[in-house]
Amino acid sequence: MNALSVAVILLVLVALAYQLGLARSRGVAALAVDERLHSRPGYHGLLAILRAALPAAVVFVLWRLFGEQVIASMVMDSLPAEHVPADAFQRSALLQRLSNLASGFGLLTEAQPYEQAAAAYLAELNRIGQAGVAAAMATVAAVGLFWTWRGTTVHTRARNKVERAIQAALIACSAVAIFTTLGIVLSMLGEAVRFFQFVNPAEFFFGTVWNPRFATVGTEGQGGFGMLPLMAGTLMIAGIAMLIAVPLGLMTAIYLSEYASYRVRNWVKPAIEVLAGVPTIVYGFFALVVVGPFLSGLGALLGLNIRATSALTAGVVMGIMIIPFISSLSDDIITQVPKTMRDGSLALGGTRSETIVKVVLPAALPGIVGATLLAVSRAIGETMIVVLAAGNAPALTANPFEAVSTVTVSIVNQLTGDQDFASPQSLVAFALGLTLFAMTLVLNVIALVIVRKYREQYE
Amino acid sequence: MSEPMNDLDRPQGYAAIRERVTASLARRKRQEQRFRLVGIGAVLASLSLVALLFVTILQKGLPAFWQATFVMDVTFSPDLVQISPKPVAEPAETPAAFQQRYLAWQTELGFVDFNQVILESLAKVLPETADYPRDALRLVTSGERFGLRDMVMADPSVVGKTVRLNLLADANVDVWLKGNIDRSLPDAQQQLSARTRAWADQLYASGVIQNKFSTALFMNVDSRSSLASAGLAGAFVGSLMMMLLVILLAVPIGVASAIYLEEFAPKNRWTDLIEVNINNLAAVPSIVFGLLGAAVFVLWFKLPLSAPIVGGLVLTLMTLPTVIIATRSTLKAIPPSIREAALGVGASKVQAITDHVLPLALPGILTATILGVAQALGETAPLLLIGMSAFVASVPSTPFDQSTALPVQIFLWQGNELRNFFEGRTSAAIIVLLALMLTLNSLAIWLRRRLETRW
Repeated sequence: MNALSVAVILLVLVALAYQLGLARSRGVAALAVDERLHSRPGYHGLLAILRAALPAAVVFVLWRLFGEQVIASMVMDSLPAEHVPADAFQRSALLQRLSNLASGFGLLTEAQPYEQAAAAYLAELNRIGQAGVAAAMATVAAVGLFWTWRGTTVHTRARNKVERAIQAALIACSAVAIFTTLGIVLSMLGEAVRFFQFVNPAEFFFGTVWNPRFATVGTEGQGGFGMLPLMAGTLMIAGIAMLIAVPLGLMTAIYLSEYASYRVRNWVKPAIEVLAGVPTIVYGFFALVVVGPFLSGLGALLGLNIRATSALTAGVVMGIMIIPFISSLSDDIITQVPKTMRDGSLALGGTRSETIVKVVLPAALPGIVGATLLAVSRAIGETMIVVLAAGNAPALTANPFEAVSTVTVSIVNQLTGDQDFASPQSLVAFALGLTLFAMTLVLNVIALVIVRKYREQYE
Repeated sequence: MSEPMNDLDRPQGYAAIRERVTASLARRKRQEQRFRLVGIGAVLASLSLVALLFVTILQKGLPAFWQATFVMDVTFSPDLVQISPKPVAEPAETPAAFQQRYLAWQTELGFVDFNQVILESLAKVLPETADYPRDALRLVTSGERFGLRDMVMADPSVVGKTVRLNLLADANVDVWLKGNIDRSLPDAQQQLSARTRAWADQLYASGVIQNKFSTALFMNVDSRSSLASAGLAGAFVGSLMMMLLVILLAVPIGVASAIYLEEFAPKNRWTDLIEVNINNLAAVPSIVFGLLGAAVFVLWFKLPLSAPIVGGLVLTLMTLPTVIIATRSTLKAIPPSIREAALGVGASKVQAITDHVLPLALPGILTATILGVAQALGETAPLLLIGMSAFVASVPSTPFDQSTALPVQIFLWQGNELRNFFEGRTSAAIIVLLALMLTLNSLAIWLRRRLETRW
């Protein structure tokens, strides 16, 4: 009984149930004297599907999820105790042998008598299980169909029932977003608490040495787990990015919304927004092969020692990435400033630039601050650019020409590679992730509140 | 502050102000000009950064689609390729026994030295290569001997025949011929021996090695031993599976929750919380979703590492807020009169939505879907955390197999030691990825323009 044939059977059942609901409701309507159906026949059909096909599908899904494990454990229980392997890997190898034997695929080595017996038992269980599931599906489907047949009257409120089911499904779907947040918070909190059993939280948040060694036996809890160097690197790179992105993005937005002709705006705006669609890994590569060598060469010309992978390289490229983000958000906000305010300033004899600087920008300031905060939260959470271009050197330095490391880089470093998930070396990634989540959450909420307040002001 | 007010009261005050204004006009005009120029400068700077990014990638990547390729006759001489006939399943044996016989035959084939086949073919076009087989073998990328083996495995009748084939040259030969390495470097710093380099030039001049468009990038899986034939096939299929999962999960769930929030949900604290929550999720760093995937799907649910199923689920959760927010704004834009008209003639709320609102919202939903998928397609960081940084040299056949994804493949290639070769190949992979994303984005724009209804 494979999934495909079951899908076909279920589809047939769906069609059957729908037709039955349709026919039955029409039948009772025809017999009724001067009474009309409460719901149209189509809803009776849908209700029949919900009553017959849905439970059958649920039975099948449950079987697929748990049936195999139940049978495997039953077969293992039936084996003589001395033949049950202790570790999970050998157990699954034995199960594979047994299922090859049971399915008639055959074995290359001679099968032991106890294996023969277990394989026969497995084959029998499979047969019983499949027959049982088929019977269960048939039963629930038959009950559902019978219910439809007997229960349908002109008064059956099929539409209300179907619509209630639809609403329940809609509510379940919108709960997914809630569960995602809950999942993020709980899973990271759980792993972070495990991490803090190894390392003192004060040491983690205020330590100045980041040097998590490899997780080898006997070294648990050793090494430096101070996140200050990472935080310093993160903030430095985000700061450089903002120094590039805010002036460029804001001026672009001002020019496009206040000066540019309709045609120029129509062409330039999407062209800049292309930058927003470029994957961050591409920016990382760009930083590595173009910007890094360029900055380092420029430094050599000026007599500065700039490393090719440094906070500066990562910051500049991240700034480029954020330009379209700032410019399109600011553009929206600037166009929301009422025209009357501009007209007032122009009527008093202000030039266009004076109007923008002294009237439009102050009015738009809360919105622009909100947009900038969102951009900062984005810069802090950005990963691939810094993984490739920041140099991965977790040192506490104020020199932007040096290589640094960030929170996100360390998360990637600690969770890729052959680490034991129970060691503080891996668990620290979750503590870092939780810190990152908390920081971006605060920034996002402040930004969203500011932007929303601002919108209400001018609506 | 009050001084100018007093000035205005006196007749000579007007003159003074007028004078001051006139005197400042030139300066203010210059200021206006300067401000405007700064604006134009910012726009031009942003545009030139876009141009620089694309020009660099194209310049580095486009040549990599063409690779140094041997075009020569290869003879599968029966002396070198000595194998027994390919086994055929017999009715009496169990499938396990046949499988064993077939594996034994494959092993026998594995012992055939296809390097000798390549060397013999090389000796025919350049006889000196026969004396220095080690140098000669470095001309052809090592994966080609497996290509020859697979040809024999697929069709043993090729043994004894001579076939004209395209064999990829070694990555270092490609680098040498394209001039991607400084040709004047001393021998110690060159990847190839002086002899191999001279042969490469000679063969290129005689037309045996040609710079041909190579399908290896698209058709092959990743490789660490045969760099010239490393390709994107596995990553492509992995990405495709994940995108399908995203479409199958994120779109129905996202549209359903947008409908609930926009059309049904009562306006109260709870709905407010969901709304703030969704807006926040849209701005949560993608790497946090990777941590969620590692903790929940891999550690708790015991789903396999580096599998497209896990990647698809993580990307679904990441795309969901985008789809919800975009769908909600589409629903908001549909005038209430549509719903009221439907309700007025006796439709239920659900009917008004399924029969009237949703069809009108379809273009917007479609656009939101495409943009969400494009965003998910380029995402790298969360995939690294669920084990996709592993080297995988196979095409996944189910979503539970090990796999990589296009952006992850780019990440892995940019770190390869043979920078001279892989800068080009990585750029080529980026071109493929960007082409896919641009196609998706222009599709979204086109659909929006075509199907959009203005109210």
